[in-house]
Amino acid sequence: MRHIFSVLVNNRPRVLARVSSLLGQRNFNIESISVGKSEEKDLSRMIIVTGGDERTLNQLSKQLSKLIDVIEVKTITETTSVERELMLIRVAAGPNVRMEIQGIIDPFRANVVDVGHDSLMLQATGDRAKLDTLTELLRPYHILEIARTGVIALSREIDKISLTTVI
Amino acid sequence: MAPQLESKTNSIGLDEKKYTGSEILLRSLVEEGVDMIFGYPGGAVLPIYDSLYDGHVRHMLARHEQGAIHAADGYARATGKPGVVMATSGPGATNLVTGIATAMMDSIPLVCITGNVPLSLLGTDAFQEADITGITMPITKHNYLVRSVDEIPIIVKEAFTIAATGRPGPVLIDIPKDVSQAVSTFSYPEKVEIRGLHAPEKPSQIQISRLHQVIQQAQRPVILAGGGVVRANAQSELIEFAEKSNIPVTTTLMGLGGFPSRNPLWLGMPGMHGTYAANHALLECDLLIGIGARFDDRVTMGRIDKFATGAKIIHIDIDPAEIDKNVHTYVPIVGDVKEVLAAANNGLPSADSSNWLSLCDSRKKEYPLQYNDSDENGLKPQWVIEHLDETTDGKAIVATDVGQHQMWVAQYYQFSEPRSLLSSGGLGTMGFGFPAAIGAQLAYPDRTVIAVTGDGGFQMTAQELAVIALENIPVKVVIINNQCLGMVRQWQEVFYKERYSEVDLSGSPDFVKLADAYGVKAWRARNKEEAMQAWKEALSHPGPAVLDFWVNPNENVYPMVAPGTGLDEMMMGDEEQ
Repeated sequence: MRHIFSVLVNNRPRVLARVSSLLGQRNFNIESISVGKSEEKDLSRMIIVTGGDERTLNQLSKQLSKLIDVIEVKTITETTSVERELMLIRVAAGPNVRMEIQGIIDPFRANVVDVGHDSLMLQATGDRAKLDTLTELLRPYHILEIARTGVIALSREIDKISLTTVI
Repeated sequence: MAPQLESKTNSIGLDEKKYTGSEILLRSLVEEGVDMIFGYPGGAVLPIYDSLYDGHVRHMLARHEQGAIHAADGYARATGKPGVVMATSGPGATNLVTGIATAMMDSIPLVCITGNVPLSLLGTDAFQEADITGITMPITKHNYLVRSVDEIPIIVKEAFTIAATGRPGPVLIDIPKDVSQAVSTFSYPEKVEIRGLHAPEKPSQIQISRLHQVIQQAQRPVILAGGGVVRANAQSELIEFAEKSNIPVTTTLMGLGGFPSRNPLWLGMPGMHGTYAANHALLECDLLIGIGARFDDRVTMGRIDKFATGAKIIHIDIDPAEIDKNVHTYVPIVGDVKEVLAAANNGLPSADSSNWLSLCDSRKKEYPLQYNDSDENGLKPQWVIEHLDETTDGKAIVATDVGQHQMWVAQYYQFSEPRSLLSSGGLGTMGFGFPAAIGAQLAYPDRTVIAVTGDGGFQMTAQELAVIALENIPVKVVIINNQCLGMVRQWQEVFYKERYSEVDLSGSPDFVKLADAYGVKAWRARNKEEAMQAWKEALSHPGPAVLDFWVNPNENVYPMVAPGTGLDEMMMGDEEQ
């Protein structure tokens, strides 16, 4: 079962190392991990995507909480959260296929962010499945490079869930 | 006795209000009530040792950093106060690693201070540089690299707070040499706020009522008490709990002494080398109350499918991460064991356990720990431990190494007080016992402290003989000498068709002569008469002593549960193999 943890940590050297060391030590799988500033000045937010049964996830959350640099661990439920990932992808594209590629990426709301003689760099955001699909559609054009940020996510404000549409 | 700082001036003649980082460090340690540092100097801690020269805190100079940290650990286990160890950068720091992991596994509060190369050289592979904060990340509760002299007091305060709060553990402070040389003013914070450190939860009254309820319904209840009872100083609460509720008690290796062995409700130690009565109580109970015990594989044999299958499991622990880690819990109670038990004792009902208690009793009588008592081919190690027990009334502090002798101590020494067995239960560290005994003896100069060790384990830290000789520390070292690595030999005999691979320790020194070379009085005994005489003399000798007891090398530890089998498949003796 896929699971997302939102972890508030001290913004100090080596915190990422502490967290990933713990996950390795306790034999937990990590699908992705991303870190950035949070709403509080001295804290960062880490979004960890992992898999495992209920017991494993429970352990993971408790073991993370024991780290002194971890301030708070929350689980994020897929159905009541917004999940995003950013992807940069460079595709081999001579002038003859550029329009064709534009046609593929338009429905994904992806953008061309760099044009070269023989390639295009595209930027796309969305959940993991959307980016995976776009990648597959672009594969026939020969993908030169991909960089993805890993998933970030925030819970929706539950009370307003009925008013919120998926964007 | 708290050490006093008499002089306001310091070794490098600065004015009164300014101190070097190393002085600030020592003053911070004094503020924490530290009266003993175990350590070994070197290049990166030269400034700190220079400040120590002024005599702020007593220092024990070990002969190897591993000896220093196990001594600090023994001090911490015996007193409950954090042990403090100091080592230099690089090899000094890495030599602490085994000791740090040992303390981590057994939840022992330690503050480990290491020097490092100056900040400007960090990361350059400088001479004696090691990334000790990186290396010890998984084996410390937390660690620090100090980047500025002004951080020292607050980091020391945090380190002691973290080491001792909640489930205790080791904390490491790495101080680059230029930081301990830098100069600043000193003021010590009264308290620190650490957002990521959670004080233990207050016991939930709802869960305690549920506990009362299941006790009332239980007919075959048993208590599994672990090291948490000892760490929480909860012996008297546990006795009251067991006696009021009429529930028999089994104590894990780490829990020995947490409940008096001579109490009629005690069933002995459970698990791989546990008693029949304890293991069968765990197998057949309908209520299992785990108290400060983590259901590790030496107790459950990793066979949860065969462990207390008909029982509701109540788990009382200070660490929420232990709940549901190894076994599924019916009622979890998170909190300090002492507080939880005190709360539970209020209005505690009795279980309907009289039939069960008499069954447990009859098993204790029918299947006692036993051995063939003869000293024909050397002493019986079990007899040696029984003799130590009888002559010290079960009241000595006994430190052990790891292996057969450790299990015999656990089985045959009747611990009556908490903090009297010092043993590496989690990590299983050979070489632990002797230095741990030194640390305990320094904390309690007037108590009898015995290091029971083997001829293998003793040679891993025997160099510390210099310390007990020089400082006349009256530790009694009892070597259970079977001229081999006994526990490995036992496994090779039982599970590897007697193919004895690399367990013969022929070539060991004459331990009596070795002790003599260090100036420590020593005795050798091969039979009961010699042993009794030697031990009598050693006990009344006011200084340190080494006893080289030659035991029957073929003796095995029983009962034994083979790895991978359940507690129901106990081997009671050699004939069952």
